[in-house]
Amino acid sequence: MSDLPLIQADRAVPPPASTTSTGGRRRRLRLLSRTDRVVITLMVLVPLLLVTGFVWLPAAATVLLSGTNWDGIGPLNEIEFVGARNYSDVVNIYPPFVPAIQHNLLWLAALFVVATPFGMFLAVLLDKELRGSRFYQTALYLPVVLSLALIGFVWQLLYSRDQGLINAVFGSSIDWYGDSNVNIWAVMVASGWRHVGYIMLLYLAGLKGVDPSLREAAAVDGASESRTFFRVVFPVMRPINIIVLVVTVIESLRAFDLVWVVNKGRNGLELISALVTQNVVGEASRIGFGSALATIMLVVSLVFITIYLATVMRENRE
Amino acid sequence: MSVDTPVRRRRLTPLRMLLHGFLIVVSLAWLFPIAWAVLTSLRSYDYTAANGYVSFGGWTFDNYVTAWRTAEFGQHFLNSVYITVPAVLLTLFLASCVAFVIARFSWKLNLVLLGVFTAANLLPQQALLIPLFRLFTEVPLPEFMSDSELLYDSYWGLILINVAFQCGFCVFVLSNYMKALPRDLYEAAMVDGASIWRQYWQVTMPLCRPALAALATLEVTWIYNEFFWATVLMRTGDKFPVTSSLNNLRGEFFTDNNLVSAGSVLVAIPTLVIFFMLQRHFVRGLTLGASKG
Repeated sequence: MSDLPLIQADRAVPPPASTTSTGGRRRRLRLLSRTDRVVITLMVLVPLLLVTGFVWLPAAATVLLSGTNWDGIGPLNEIEFVGARNYSDVVNIYPPFVPAIQHNLLWLAALFVVATPFGMFLAVLLDKELRGSRFYQTALYLPVVLSLALIGFVWQLLYSRDQGLINAVFGSSIDWYGDSNVNIWAVMVASGWRHVGYIMLLYLAGLKGVDPSLREAAAVDGASESRTFFRVVFPVMRPINIIVLVVTVIESLRAFDLVWVVNKGRNGLELISALVTQNVVGEASRIGFGSALATIMLVVSLVFITIYLATVMRENRE
Repeated sequence: MSVDTPVRRRRLTPLRMLLHGFLIVVSLAWLFPIAWAVLTSLRSYDYTAANGYVSFGGWTFDNYVTAWRTAEFGQHFLNSVYITVPAVLLTLFLASCVAFVIARFSWKLNLVLLGVFTAANLLPQQALLIPLFRLFTEVPLPEFMSDSELLYDSYWGLILINVAFQCGFCVFVLSNYMKALPRDLYEAAMVDGASIWRQYWQVTMPLCRPALAALATLEVTWIYNEFFWATVLMRTGDKFPVTSSLNNLRGEFFTDNNLVSAGSVLVAIPTLVIFFMLQRHFVRGLTLGASKG
C-alpha cells in the first residue's frame, strides 16, 4: 500500500476543467518532483501507520483472539483456537452478560426515545430566534463540555443517599447510585442531560442550513407549522438525522465513563464496555472471553459506522 | 448575530410568553446540577452536616484549599497539560497532512482513506482494549522517556493513543473544509514552482485557520476530558491526568460531598474557561462534522 501515492501521483492532479486546459499546462502539472512524491507519501503514510497500528490492527486482533483460549500470559505459540466456544460461554455461563445487553439496549432506548427528540424539540424552539435564545442555548449545551466522568460526580451530589439533594427534598432514603434496581435509571438521566445539549446543537446547525424558501413555500400553501416541520424540514435534514442516529447508537454502545466512576459497572450497572474492561484489567484476565464481548461491540458499531460513512460519502460526492 | 431579527417577531403574544416560560424553566433545570455543585463546594461540611443541604450558611473556601492539597491537583493538571497539548498539536498536524492529500489530489483510494480514518474515530474504544493493553505492556521505551520503561503507564502512550483515535474526526472535517478551497490557488502555486510541502504549509494551512481553531478548541476539551484510556493504560496514581485522577481520589472524598464538589469544580474549570472564551469556536467545531459550511 505504501507506494500507492507514488504511482497515483502521475494522475494526481485532475486535469483542470477540460475547456481551459492546454496541453502544455497539463504536462507541467503532471510533473511532480521526486521530493514532492516522497512528501506526499510521508504525509499519508505516517498518520496511516499510526491509525492502523493503534486502531485497526488491534480491532482485527480482538476478533482473532475471540476465537482462542489465550489467558493473556502464556506464550503466543501455545494459543489454541477454540472456535465459537467463547461466544457460547459468554451467552450461556456468564451471568452479567444478559443484564449488560439489556442495559445497553435500555440506554439506547432512553437516548433515542427521550433525549434525542427532546433535543430536537428544543432546537426547533430555539431556531425561532427568540430574544435571549443565546442564554437558553448556552445553558443547554453547557453539560457537553464536561466529561462524563465528571458528570458522574456532579450528579452524585443530587443522588447520594445521605447527603444528596433529592433525598433531602423528598425525605426519601433511596441510594440512587447504589440500589441495583434504580441506579441504571439514575445514570441514564445524567447521561441524557448531556446528550440533549449535544443533539440540540447538531439540529440547530441543521435547521440553519435548511433553505428558507422551502418554508415560505409551505407557508404559502397554508401548511401548519408542525406539518411544515414533519413534511418539509425534517426530511430535508436527512444527513443530520443519520448523523444523530449514528451518534446516539455509538454513544450508547460506548457508554462507559459514568458507570465506571459510580461502581465499575457492577451491581446493576453492567454494560458491555464495562464487562470487557473488567475482563482485561480486573483481577481475572480472561482474554478470549473478553475479546468475544469486544467483538460483539465491534460488529454492532461497524454496522452503524457503515451507514454513517455511506451517507457522508454520498454527501461529499455531490 | 441572530438574536434581534424582525421587529414583527418581538411582540409578546401569549404563545410566545409560554414559549419563553418553558425555555426558562428548562434552561434553569439544565444549569441546576452545575449550580448546585458550585454552591455545595462553597459550604463547610460541618454546617451542612448539622443543618442539611437545604439550608443557608456555612460559606467557606476551605473545600477548595483542602481538595487542592489532598488531591494534588497541581500535579494532575500538569499531567493533563503534558498529554493534551502535544496530543492536540500532533492530531491537527497529522490530520491536516492526510486531509490535504485527500482534498488536493484525486486518486482512486481517496474515499477508502477517508473511510479508514473516519471510521477509526467511531469504533468503541473498549473493543480495542485487549490487544492494545498487551501491546502497551510489550513495547519498551528508554528510561528517559518513561520511568515504567514501557509504553504502558507513560505519557507517550496516552498521547499516541489519543492522536490515533482523534485523527479521524479531524481528517474528516479538514478534508471537507479543504475541498471547498478554490483549485486555482494550487495551479497558481504550481506555476510559481511551489513544492507540495509549500502548497500545504503556506497556501492551505493559513486558509484553514478557522477550521483549525474550531477543531483545536474541541480537541482540547475532548482529550482533556478523556477518561477511558488514562484509566486502563496508566497505573501510577501520580501520572494520571486530572479527569481520571478524580476517580482515584474518590476514596478520600467519599464521605464528604462538599469536597467532591470542590474537586469537580476544579476539574471543570479549564473546560468551562475554554467554553466561555471560545464558545463560538467550540460550537462551530461540534457542528463542523455534521454539516458542511
